[in-house]
Amino acid sequence: MADSSSTPAVHTPVDLDRINVILATDCGSTTTKAILIEKVDGEYRQTFRGEAPTTVEEPAADVTMGVVNSVTEVGELAGRRLIDDDGQVIRPATETEGCDLYISTSSAGGGLQMMVAGVVREMTAASAKRAALGAGAIVMDTIATNDKRLPHEQIQRIRELRPDMILISGGTDGGTTTHVVQIAELVAPAKPQPRFGGEYRMPVIFAGNVDAREPIEATFDESVELSLVDNLRPTMERENLGPARDMIHDLFLEHVMAHAPGYDKLMSWTNAPIMPTPGAVGNILQQIATQRNVNAVGVDIGGATTDVFSVFDGTFNRTVSANLGMSYSISNVCAEATLPRILRWVPFEMDERELRNRVKNKMIRPTTIPQTLESLLFEQAVAREALRLAYVQHKEFATTLKGVQQQRTIGDTFSQEIGGQTIVDNMALDLLVASGGVLSHAPRMQQTAAMLVDAFQPEGITTLAKDSIFMMPHLGVLAQVHAEAAVQVFERDCLIYLGTCVAPKGAGKPGKTCFGFQVSGTSIDTTGEISVGELRLLPLADGETAEATIEPARNFDIGAGAGKTVTRTVRGGTVGLLLDGRGRPLDLPEDRTACRQAVTDWSNALGLADLARLN
Amino acid sequence: MAQAYTPGLKVTPHTQHRVRRILPISGTVLKSVGDRVRASDVVAETFMPGNITPMNVANMLSMPPADVPECMLLAEGDTVEDGTILAQTKGIFGMFKSTCASRAAGTVETISNVTGQVIIRGTPLPVQVTAYVSGEVVEVIEGEGVTVESDVCFIQGIFGIGGETMGPIAMACENPEQELSADRISDEMAGAVIVGGGRVTGDAVRRAIQIGAAAIVSGGLDDADLRDILGFDLGVAITGSERIGLTLVVTEGFGEIAMAERTHRLLASHDGREASVNGTTQIRAGVMRPEIVIPLPEGSTPPESDNRATEGLLETSTPVRVIRDPYFGLIGRVADLPAEPQALGSESRARVLTVTSADGETVVVPRANIEIISE
Repeated sequence: MADSSSTPAVHTPVDLDRINVILATDCGSTTTKAILIEKVDGEYRQTFRGEAPTTVEEPAADVTMGVVNSVTEVGELAGRRLIDDDGQVIRPATETEGCDLYISTSSAGGGLQMMVAGVVREMTAASAKRAALGAGAIVMDTIATNDKRLPHEQIQRIRELRPDMILISGGTDGGTTTHVVQIAELVAPAKPQPRFGGEYRMPVIFAGNVDAREPIEATFDESVELSLVDNLRPTMERENLGPARDMIHDLFLEHVMAHAPGYDKLMSWTNAPIMPTPGAVGNILQQIATQRNVNAVGVDIGGATTDVFSVFDGTFNRTVSANLGMSYSISNVCAEATLPRILRWVPFEMDERELRNRVKNKMIRPTTIPQTLESLLFEQAVAREALRLAYVQHKEFATTLKGVQQQRTIGDTFSQEIGGQTIVDNMALDLLVASGGVLSHAPRMQQTAAMLVDAFQPEGITTLAKDSIFMMPHLGVLAQVHAEAAVQVFERDCLIYLGTCVAPKGAGKPGKTCFGFQVSGTSIDTTGEISVGELRLLPLADGETAEATIEPARNFDIGAGAGKTVTRTVRGGTVGLLLDGRGRPLDLPEDRTACRQAVTDWSNALGLADLARLN
Repeated sequence: MAQAYTPGLKVTPHTQHRVRRILPISGTVLKSVGDRVRASDVVAETFMPGNITPMNVANMLSMPPADVPECMLLAEGDTVEDGTILAQTKGIFGMFKSTCASRAAGTVETISNVTGQVIIRGTPLPVQVTAYVSGEVVEVIEGEGVTVESDVCFIQGIFGIGGETMGPIAMACENPEQELSADRISDEMAGAVIVGGGRVTGDAVRRAIQIGAAAIVSGGLDDADLRDILGFDLGVAITGSERIGLTLVVTEGFGEIAMAERTHRLLASHDGREASVNGTTQIRAGVMRPEIVIPLPEGSTPPESDNRATEGLLETSTPVRVIRDPYFGLIGRVADLPAEPQALGSESRARVLTVTSADGETVVVPRANIEIISE
């Protein structure tokens, strides 16, 4: 039996002042990516990258082979020998070989898959889900006493699932134990089987009412590996996710990773514990948001899933939208969003029957790529809806704690605010970061910026960026060991700044003034007005900043209140300064012809595509 | 010569096929090594632990959970019938006793003095595994199942719905382009694996269900028809558990698309023979494609052929099919494999190849958008 004081795998401490060369790998499901970070003129910079197929599956069945291959490629590019004749990472670094620090993340083999359980779905079960997602897991299902399933249905579900581990929470410390023990009594007889077969006992973490520990221990037999950690919801008003997250990471290493081929070897190579990839991405975003004192949202859209990360006022949240993606899940995006909603973003007519077949053909052959402009613009329209839906799910999940008693004064008499309000505030959002194929590989940067703005609808003044080569996982785990190096590389090499979006909140009549602007900087000095429904792009190069004064019309708000002027420094980028007078929430015309015209105008304003080629 | 690799579906007239037939939990294996089995023969069986019915006796008898154990009339491990009295209160001076009856038959698994909950485990559920493909048992995995080996004609489809089934092959279309419409399906095809040509219509699927066909195999299917057949819009390609009345396998894709000529020819050459069909498709890590397996008569000899399709070797003159618009379905041969990435119409840069079709049309397509086909 483990408890919260159990220690994770011991890694050799490193002297941070002596670190000049850092090697980092990310073992993905299909590709292992290696990057080299070197100290150049006193600053850490990402210098070389290499990649090789991941070798978790047969015939290799040893993850370190893919690691060695990708590291060898980096070494060849860098002219630095990183792997010795025994196939080991050379340490410490000299002038010509080796590195001082080696770290790694992993999502190979489908990452970390968990089932969570709590007493009340909106309270302890939601907190347990946040802990699991924050640790980088995919939550396969959430069991709660009020999840509208009958007990035998819940048990059947537990029996069908094959998670890597289970997290159980419930009850506040000192409160009633009955309900949380009842949850354990559902889980125990179901005898859940671990995903990687019967070689190890199913790890179960109990992070609920401390008074329930004894009966919980009595409920489970020897078939599970039970760990007890501090309650993740010790009182209704407080969440304490740290101990549960740490235990998830420890068990991930001790049980799940240790049973994946070659990971025992890899774990012995690294200077810091291997982290699940999404956990590492969340880590770096948190680090940056805290350090710069900004609110940030990050998104990673893949073929099967979309991850959204947010940090608002220091509170981190992550969601995984399991069936919103651009290839395996493209058909599901169309089913959830509906084709008419997707087609709102397409500036030309398309035959619905043919489109449906095209979507399904992409689903069954997920590796194909759009060849024509028409096909590309349709996929980008799908991406807008996938991102929008993933963000809606994220907002619904990232909330203030539910179940908290609130003191109300007479002034709150007419206020309807209750616990469980979303903490995601688009007006307070400072930085929006994109990653994932459809966003990263868009032929024009303007397309990436437009997809972000249309899907996330940032309000006020928001900086837009994209992850250059999906380096965030590497930097997330580096931040654990060497925060300074991680932040420096993030700032200088990881992000490609697209520019800044200025978008007042509110609605007005098309053609009327939305806001006036004055922008002055070294290469720009201009004033003007943006009408309601208009989009305009001002050139402001990467690395430049400008002072922008925005005077919204009286029914529009740019952050200081309706009609109040705001002056801010805005950052340029590969796209520039995007002035968005379309209002928030962003409503597209209902009429198909008017909608097509509006989307065409926006496309032309931003230079999204050469639409004349389609006619 | 320039070469590249691309995955292709397996379509082979003769291969030694092994299939592992394993129970979900350990049980009894009914066959031995060397036994000849038919596809429908049961090779292993077991009993799954029965379903669980939790009963909150404390609530039902309005008593504290701690008092439940002493009010129980049955102990853990005892057998109960539906309606058997499980527990009884002491009442007042021995009168006005309340009772609580079991809502399920089975055994008493646990009695909790913390929650007052009694868990009844239902009678074990039988689980049987059939051979699925006729052949010879070549391995027995003790307590788990068997491996059946046979010489077969093996064809993978691209997408399917419905699970394992079997029946004789019945050709409904004369050529691979011909649409499989309802009027091509006759009552004599009941229980058969109906093979079409190009697209199968929704009406044809409904007609096949009506007459009780085992499966349909055809080149294409309209997504709109799939939605009508399933009753919902399929979001993710993880299938196999659908219960629509038959198994449906599409060999090429969605829309108007002809079955590969070789696939159609192969299926036609086995007209009337028993086939095992599985529509299970999983397009995720560990991809699974639907399959048609036709056991061959004993003593069949493999024809001489190359296995280029299965190896996925792409070089000039390799026969390929374009699998994405704007040339979806076009069949031709690789004419050129330029090494450098080129700009596409979408403005993206990607590695491409040139395909020349039989009628001399030459198109340039991304390498990601073709698949190798067999001749």
